[in-house]
Amino acid sequence: MSSHAHAHVAHHFESAEQQRQSAQLGMWIFLVTEVMFFGGLFAAYVVYRSLYPEAWVVGSHLLSIGLGGFNTAVLLASSLTMALAVHAAQTDKRNATAMWIVLTMVLGFVFLGVKVVEYAGKFEHHLVPGAHFHVDPMAELAKLEAAGVHVGQHLRHAFETANPSHVQLFYSLYFAMTGMHAVHMIIGAGLMIWLLANTLKGRYSSAYYNPVEVTGLYWHFVDIVWIFLFPMLYLIGRH
Amino acid sequence: MSETATIAATAEPKNYLTNRHTIQSWLFTVDHKRIAILYLISLTVFFLLGGAAAALFRLDLMTPQADLLQSETYNKLFTMHGIVMIFFFLVPSIPAVMGNFLVPVMIGAKDVAFPRLNLLSWYVFMAGGLIALGAIISGGVDTGWTFYTPYSSMYANSHVILAVAGAFIAGFSSIMTALNFIVTIQKMRAPGLTWFRLPLFIWAMYATSLVVILGTPVVAITLVMIFIERFFQFGLFDPALGGDPVLFQHLFWFYSHPAVYIMILPSMGVISEIVSCFSRRRLYGYTFVAFSSLAIAVIGFFVWGHHMFVSSQSAYAGLIFSFLTFFVAIPTAIKILNWIMTMYKGSISFDTPMLYAYGFLGLFTIGGLTGLFLSTMATDIHLHDTYFVVAHFHYVMVGGGVMGFLGALHFWWPKMTGRMYPEGWAKFAAIVIFIGFNLTFFPQFQLGYHGMPRRYHTYAEEFQILHVMSTAGASVLGAGYLIMAAYLGWSLFKGKRASANPWDARGLEWETTSPPPTENFLSTPTVTQEAYAYDKPSVTHVPPEEKRV
Repeated sequence: MSSHAHAHVAHHFESAEQQRQSAQLGMWIFLVTEVMFFGGLFAAYVVYRSLYPEAWVVGSHLLSIGLGGFNTAVLLASSLTMALAVHAAQTDKRNATAMWIVLTMVLGFVFLGVKVVEYAGKFEHHLVPGAHFHVDPMAELAKLEAAGVHVGQHLRHAFETANPSHVQLFYSLYFAMTGMHAVHMIIGAGLMIWLLANTLKGRYSSAYYNPVEVTGLYWHFVDIVWIFLFPMLYLIGRH
Repeated sequence: MSETATIAATAEPKNYLTNRHTIQSWLFTVDHKRIAILYLISLTVFFLLGGAAAALFRLDLMTPQADLLQSETYNKLFTMHGIVMIFFFLVPSIPAVMGNFLVPVMIGAKDVAFPRLNLLSWYVFMAGGLIALGAIISGGVDTGWTFYTPYSSMYANSHVILAVAGAFIAGFSSIMTALNFIVTIQKMRAPGLTWFRLPLFIWAMYATSLVVILGTPVVAITLVMIFIERFFQFGLFDPALGGDPVLFQHLFWFYSHPAVYIMILPSMGVISEIVSCFSRRRLYGYTFVAFSSLAIAVIGFFVWGHHMFVSSQSAYAGLIFSFLTFFVAIPTAIKILNWIMTMYKGSISFDTPMLYAYGFLGLFTIGGLTGLFLSTMATDIHLHDTYFVVAHFHYVMVGGGVMGFLGALHFWWPKMTGRMYPEGWAKFAAIVIFIGFNLTFFPQFQLGYHGMPRRYHTYAEEFQILHVMSTAGASVLGAGYLIMAAYLGWSLFKGKRASANPWDARGLEWETTSPPPTENFLSTPTVTQEAYAYDKPSVTHVPPEEKRV
């Protein structure tokens, strides 16, 4: 281990390798807690979807698959830029590290911006749960048919039998799940600013890049949560 | 085990308590030992608050009518007692105080893996605690510590959001502590300290940390869901929308039943250390005791449904949860068997920590066995939501959890403070606490068996005699705690100086000075034997001129 590396080893660690392994294990354990945290919401989703499948069909059809799909692509791209940032830090390319971190952050903000547009649309259409929530499944069915969508027997049945209160339950979960995901994205963007500042100060090098690496793990995790949310909220109900 | 000695004040080496004296050196410390002391002080305050609430409603329960408190106040007091004692005393107690102090020392490390995160955990804990206290001061919460929906989410007019926020925030502090312990134990053990040479306290802390890591986030999101439903009016558990309040109970108990193991596993680790030391024998069945901690942690996650035998859960689910609940008793019984086998043919001495260990064995066994009555579906229908349940979980959580905590406090007090407490007073207090506890809670088994429901403010007159006994017991118990507070406080200033190893115990923490230096060991120790080598002489890393034996 070079003396340069030792400069970054905190007093209570024996070696840079022990410190790196500790940082990684620590982040993985944190991600376990995150899985369990989102797990509570996913459990509620599974229970209510199995109770009210027809309401889930109606709820899904009222979400914008275009915006959701676009955001999925944005997040996948941000995971790539994040991975490139870690690689650049490992290989002592400071400017490249900064550039990839900025790109990751920009993609994160694009995602959040699209989310704001989606939320605003739901607000306009009275799809935010609470006193002003209003949905008329038969009117929505008519709109689908008017738009030339092929409405099969099962789909028609779902729209005809869905209880509007149950659709409201779908939207409570939609906002709770995507809202919780958005909070994690905002925290992630904050971490990017912190990483960027430290990168520009020259804190990271091939000898010490733990913060970039573990923040990368966090970013990928938040990405993966969306990879589950998108099909569960937008896609399954359309099938 | 006698210690003489004093070294002239000038020659006294610096330890973690004396190396710096400013307030900042405490509030911004990253030393795990100082953080443990910060936790000890804060937890003592919360324990007093929770105890005061209990004292008030116990006093009111002396008579069948409501004469001291209004019913609303009564509801708020038992809720406060539950929230404070569970979230702000029992869950953090042994891990945050004893674990923080001991885990790095026992494994020969200089500190936990993430010292700043450790300090942050204390600040987060205090923030959560003060917010919960804010809820209590601004008018209180009346939902019970379980926050059952839809009462908590839609109907309660008390400060549910603040209380939920306090519990939510405090959860992060236990997660930070647990994360630190797992990484520290996995990555920072001294050379030669293999997994099967570790003290069983470390195994217990590891198992506890696993439960915290897997369980706490689930109650966190559950509390967030109450917040969303109450604050944004999004119906998540609202029956009017087709929501299911029992789903809340499932999510809540998925954490809160394993939380019982968060409170009891650390105590079991403590008992292993104490029983072995005061029987002068290697712990019997080391690997069984170690793995039974992990077994309890794992099986403990699959028993939560026994809280919902009578809340519309299907009978088949009930059957499975009932079976699994019996099953979790097995690793617990293995531990008790091994502790007793350790004592068999040992040379037992009855120092104060050992008295608490005996207290634990008796009381926890009663608590565990009465748990079997409640996990049997047929008897549970009779006993559900009665004082029998109250008595059962106090035998487990006070008889088990608190006795373990007090045993640990007395066992490691010389190590933490460098002072001995007066043994006579300590034994006396231990006996008073034991008698007071039994007098408080044993009558409650009878009350519950005869049908007195829990959480009721008024009751039928034939229950009065048992309630009076219980209240009398509570005062004895309170007196025991106060005696303890008095002599422990006294010992800080006037107690005899403790030697490095006053109990002639084994394990790395006894091989350094009392109190330890900031870096725990002057050089990283190399471990050559297990923590229970009572057949071999004790090892010391204290330089001869610093030995005060």
